[in-house]
Amino acid sequence: MENENINKSGNGNWSPRIVAFFCNWCTYTAADLAGVSRMKYAPNTRVIRLMCSGRVDPQFILEALARGADGVLIGGCHPGDCHYVEGNYKCLRRFRMLKRMLADMGIEDKRVRLEWISAAEGEKVKRVINEMVAQIQELGPLGIPKKFEEWDKEIEDLKQDIENKEKEEVAKQ
Amino acid sequence: MAKPKIAIYWCSSCGGCEEAVVDLAEDILDLVQKIDIVLWPVAMDFKKKDVEAMPDKSIVATLLNGAIRTSEQEEMAHLLRRKSVYMIAYGACSHLGGIPSLANQFSREQILKFVYEDGPSDVNPEKIRPMPSYVDNGRDLTLPKFRNVVRSLDQVVDVDYYIPGCPPTPEITKKAIGALLEGKLPPKGTVLAPDVALCDECPRKESKPTDLSFTEFWRPHQKEIDTEKCLLAQGFICMGPATRAGCGALCPKGNMPCSGCFGPTSRVRDQGAKILSSICSNIAPKEDEQIDKVLAKIPDPVGTFYRYGLAHSILRRKVSLPTNGQ
Repeated sequence: MENENINKSGNGNWSPRIVAFFCNWCTYTAADLAGVSRMKYAPNTRVIRLMCSGRVDPQFILEALARGADGVLIGGCHPGDCHYVEGNYKCLRRFRMLKRMLADMGIEDKRVRLEWISAAEGEKVKRVINEMVAQIQELGPLGIPKKFEEWDKEIEDLKQDIENKEKEEVAKQ
Repeated sequence: MAKPKIAIYWCSSCGGCEEAVVDLAEDILDLVQKIDIVLWPVAMDFKKKDVEAMPDKSIVATLLNGAIRTSEQEEMAHLLRRKSVYMIAYGACSHLGGIPSLANQFSREQILKFVYEDGPSDVNPEKIRPMPSYVDNGRDLTLPKFRNVVRSLDQVVDVDYYIPGCPPTPEITKKAIGALLEGKLPPKGTVLAPDVALCDECPRKESKPTDLSFTEFWRPHQKEIDTEKCLLAQGFICMGPATRAGCGALCPKGNMPCSGCFGPTSRVRDQGAKILSSICSNIAPKEDEQIDKVLAKIPDPVGTFYRYGLAHSILRRKVSLPTNGQ
């Protein structure tokens, strides 16, 4: 994983890495259907199965981005079809606010996407993932872990200076 | 036996945390009998060189308040870390970045340009900016470097404990210093306040409905606030559900919603995301358009949800900003 990170940030070998949170009852089953139907789609998503799109804590999305994802896709049951009645509405409401917040934090709109995909819509899994990969390909890497490193370079020099001075003092004694 | 030595230092802060120490009132006299204050720039005349001359780890604890923004603050944090057995982040800024870390939404250039050129009260036709070094009549003048990023203390040096709050209340300050003097300290990294949500100690708790079903949000100046009823039930954004207890619900008792200064509990990594999750999932509408209409009454999500903790949030800073000083 670490090595992959280094590769993707550096050069032309980069291809989007998308973390997908799929609900157990609809979208994950749809992804399964896409699989058994032998549909071909971009291999750029890492799917995490949750029981419900209502389980997607906004922290998961931020954490995925902060750890190097270039995009996050959430898949849930269509409105009215939630196995837990209300979960997908909760997800939708959080999502509407999160999108505004992410825009304020400098993350492009297309990097985070919510789609309703029923268990019968294997085709939609394929379409959505292909679309999203193409869009993020165009945006380029998000590369937040690398940004953290860059941000913290400014405090490294001083830290080094202080450590070196301490070493000198110890040597003198 | 020599009294344990304590240092109190401030970085990017408003001075409220210093005030909080003074707010110990007569208890401070008690405290001064038990400890020796070896550095407290706001109140006593000790110098950096006095601290430098002390052996390493000779200070029992440094209470450092304020976020870290300049090279001087970093230097002092490193020095005090080296001289202290315990480094304690005192107050929201040091703990999580605090209000100063809301500046992480803007670039260094945007901030300096506004402060030195565009601010409505500026008179600076030559557009002079502070420089890290300058020679005037053969004399070298220096200023600390102003960094691109605001940081919490633990993003710069190793921190042993956190005392939360903007500012920390006398009660939790006393308890923390008591624990320190008696050597009854919890595991390293602990926030020295109860690990439950503020709602737990709020006198309005009973009136909090299970289903909030927000149809409209209000800011405190927009509507009269009922003094008894749960603030969320009245449509005010109260950070209580995502904020650590320990203050005794001072703001709700004063008829104002909690703004989140104690930070999250240990089970939450990102306070802003958590309150966003809690509040937004509880709004009533189910269609995009209606949802957006309700949420439009929260005009500044970052400033509302991350008021005291942007530096320590998962994303830390607006990710599209440069770091080359521009």
